[in-house]
Amino acid sequence: MAETLYLITLFPLLGFLINGLVGRWLSEKQSGFIASLAVLGSFLVSAQLLLAFLALPAEERLLTQTLFSWIHVGDLNIQVGYRFDPLSAVMTLVVSGVGLLIHIYSIGYMRGDPGVRRYFSFLNLFTFMMLNLVLADNLVLMFLGWEGVGLCSYLLIGFWFEDEAKARAGMKAFIINRIGDAGFIVAMILLYHQFGTLSISEIAQAAPGAQIGRGFFTAATLLMFLGAMGKSAQIPLHVWLPDAMAGPTPVSALIHAATMVTAGVYLIARNSVLFSLAPATMSTVAAIGIITAFFAATIAITQNDIKKVLAYSTISQLGYMFTAVGVGAFSAGMFHLMTHAFFKGLLFLGVGSVIHGLKGEQDLGKMGGLKERLPTTHWTMLVGVLAIAGIPGLSGFFSKEEILWAAFSRDFSWIWLMGVITAGLTAFYMFRLLFRAFYGKAAWEGAHQPHESPSVMTIPLVLLAFLSILGGYVGIPEALGGINQFHHFLEPVLAVYPGVGATAQYPSQGLELLLMGVSTVVVLGGVYYAYRVYVQQPTLADDLAQRLGFLHRLSFNKYFVDEAYHLLIVRPFQALAEGLWKWFDIKVVDGAVNGSGHAITMISGAIRRVQSGLIQHYASIILLGVIFILIYLYIG
Amino acid sequence: MTAVLFYLFAALLLGAALFVVLNRNPIYSVVGLVFAFMNLAAMYFLLEAYFIGVLQVLVYAGAIMVLFLFVVMLLNVQPDRPRPGLIHPDRWWFGLVALIFVGLFMLLIGQGVRALLTSPAEDAAGMGSVANVGEALFTRFLLPFEIASLLLTVALVGTVFLAKKKV
Amino acid sequence: MVVPLYHILAFSGLLFTIGVVGVLFRRNAIIVFMSVEIMLNAVNLAFVAFSRYHGNVNGQVFVFFIMTLAAAEVAVGLAIIISLYRNLRTSDISEIRLMKY
Repeated sequence: MAETLYLITLFPLLGFLINGLVGRWLSEKQSGFIASLAVLGSFLVSAQLLLAFLALPAEERLLTQTLFSWIHVGDLNIQVGYRFDPLSAVMTLVVSGVGLLIHIYSIGYMRGDPGVRRYFSFLNLFTFMMLNLVLADNLVLMFLGWEGVGLCSYLLIGFWFEDEAKARAGMKAFIINRIGDAGFIVAMILLYHQFGTLSISEIAQAAPGAQIGRGFFTAATLLMFLGAMGKSAQIPLHVWLPDAMAGPTPVSALIHAATMVTAGVYLIARNSVLFSLAPATMSTVAAIGIITAFFAATIAITQNDIKKVLAYSTISQLGYMFTAVGVGAFSAGMFHLMTHAFFKGLLFLGVGSVIHGLKGEQDLGKMGGLKERLPTTHWTMLVGVLAIAGIPGLSGFFSKEEILWAAFSRDFSWIWLMGVITAGLTAFYMFRLLFRAFYGKAAWEGAHQPHESPSVMTIPLVLLAFLSILGGYVGIPEALGGINQFHHFLEPVLAVYPGVGATAQYPSQGLELLLMGVSTVVVLGGVYYAYRVYVQQPTLADDLAQRLGFLHRLSFNKYFVDEAYHLLIVRPFQALAEGLWKWFDIKVVDGAVNGSGHAITMISGAIRRVQSGLIQHYASIILLGVIFILIYLYIG
Repeated sequence: MTAVLFYLFAALLLGAALFVVLNRNPIYSVVGLVFAFMNLAAMYFLLEAYFIGVLQVLVYAGAIMVLFLFVVMLLNVQPDRPRPGLIHPDRWWFGLVALIFVGLFMLLIGQGVRALLTSPAEDAAGMGSVANVGEALFTRFLLPFEIASLLLTVALVGTVFLAKKKV
Repeated sequence: MVVPLYHILAFSGLLFTIGVVGVLFRRNAIIVFMSVEIMLNAVNLAFVAFSRYHGNVNGQVFVFFIMTLAAAEVAVGLAIIISLYRNLRTSDISEIRLMKY
């Protein structure tokens, strides 16, 4: 059974190669079909393996396959090996499943674009890299996938590269990712130096008993978290994600909502043993997570670009995931990762449908009244918005509540409070998006009539809507009568983090229910407020914006973080580069090169004069030679 | 007696050579060189090199110098115009070089050559006769002899070709 | 009284040097050529002297060949000078500088 593991990554690789090499001779439909078929293959293999898992007892749920020896230098031996356990099973299914729906959706969305084959080959390449990341049994292979998805992100963000701003957005994403990657690499070096291996399972086994100080684990995990911050857009490395919206919307859905950005969370969950040995890092992770969640939400409430709202929403929800793993609730973080993939993927695809229907319009101010014209999109997006807001009954509710309860029960009440406020803000800005886009007066321009998208696009929407509703039912907490199968499924492979003070199981289900109720009330409050501002009294929005002028400006300009970076980092670097160029390169390097040429010219100009053309000069030089021979004879 | 004559002819030869090198008029130089060669021939005779001596007169003084004379008169070479000093001002270092050369040569001879024989070989009187040299030429040195004749042929053809007005 | 060998050799060297001076310092091509002849003859003298003082005729044979060679060389050289004169209208060496850099 484990022999089929390699197929999961092989199929997308083949898809990439086919579309990349012979794509130009394929029709658009064929290209998209091959790409989707590849991902379908991965999904089916993963699903089959998962079903096999469920039949096995918990201790036996592990499949490994080593393909070949990749790097062999001295003592260092890195294999290409895959590890399929409950954690990677979840990720594989999410990546290939949601990815499959997005591939199919793309067939409709990208129709007519001249670079369609390139698009699908990149999309397959991304899937290949992501699956490698998820299935890797050692950190080096994981890093390969890590870098690979970063590369594909760059390629796909800057897909319409003829537009310079879009190309630059791709570069920004890549560069900021690199900052994080540096942390990852140094962490790998530290770990190898200490443990002599880079295999995740071997490190996890050796770590608890190792006789080293806390400081080592804190350092290594902090560096890994730096990598996660870059990849998952946590503050302060979050600035690339909003700009990444320059890419095609399905790309935003797949890479920047469902999969790539979640790699950071996966990294921490995968190395949960290491992280649980470094409480300092865990606190840092939780703190940064919740701060990110809060601040991103405060930015989202004023944005007018429909995709930017979702981008900040993604940053915010990722913050929730990091909060979860930071307080030690690893499975809660993974749960939210999964539900988020469903509803955020749905929301992005829905937004894509709107943009597609409006022929490229992305400004919320120019939408409105689309409820009747895009009915399927509207209803599925309503489901997505309900899910992300955390309305009871949908998946988002269960995953978010689990996180909030985990924070509260481990004595992180301030995190719980901020989380609840953020939930309210989330509900507010998501419904704001829904109301402004679909309800109210129509503000779209142009003679064209917005139309519903073709079924190749709407069917994935519907499927994701179902998943957004039902996906949460594997994680119903015991307080509500469920058994949280998800948590138990992942339990064997995740470390148990003691937490500060109490155990993970706070002995009061009543308190849990009470807190659930509190957060639901806050959420409903957010919904209601959005309703009042954007449906009942549309002018209220502008009034508020004026009265809270300063705050509004702060939020609308994303707290001027980009501008600060530009001033503090980009400009000095550019000045340095220019200075080095003007002074060092031109004066020193060119000077040396030209100078040596000049020197040789001078020398040759002097030596040249020997060739005077006068025979007598030549004769005297010959005579000089004879004299030297005579001297030699005389001496010798 | 022969020693005295030898030194006499040597002195004359030296004077004639200096005359050749230092004189302004080329015709005078040519004649001076002829005189020098005659003296040299005399010295050869005194060294019992009869064949060589005769050849010196016949070939050198008789043929080569005549050729020189022809060319000088053909080209109507004019005497060098009087100049401030016969030594060209910017070639003074040639003189230095020549001086060093002479000095070294003398030193070498003086030092390494003192072991040389000072008197001629005993039973070598008349060894430079035509018969003797001829015998050596046609037995031991036959090959160079033949090649030399080839060389002369080549020189002949080359000279004719080079000096033609139109090819 | 017998003339010592090294006297003759020293004299030959002196003659050779006179020839060298003539080659280096005269501007007329023909005079330069004659100076070369002086040098050759100086060498001839040395050879003959050695031949006499060793009792070996090989030296004189060599002189024979030198003379042959000198004759050939003079012929060709003078032909070149004539040809140069025809083209450049001068026999002044310092004006024949076609191979100057």
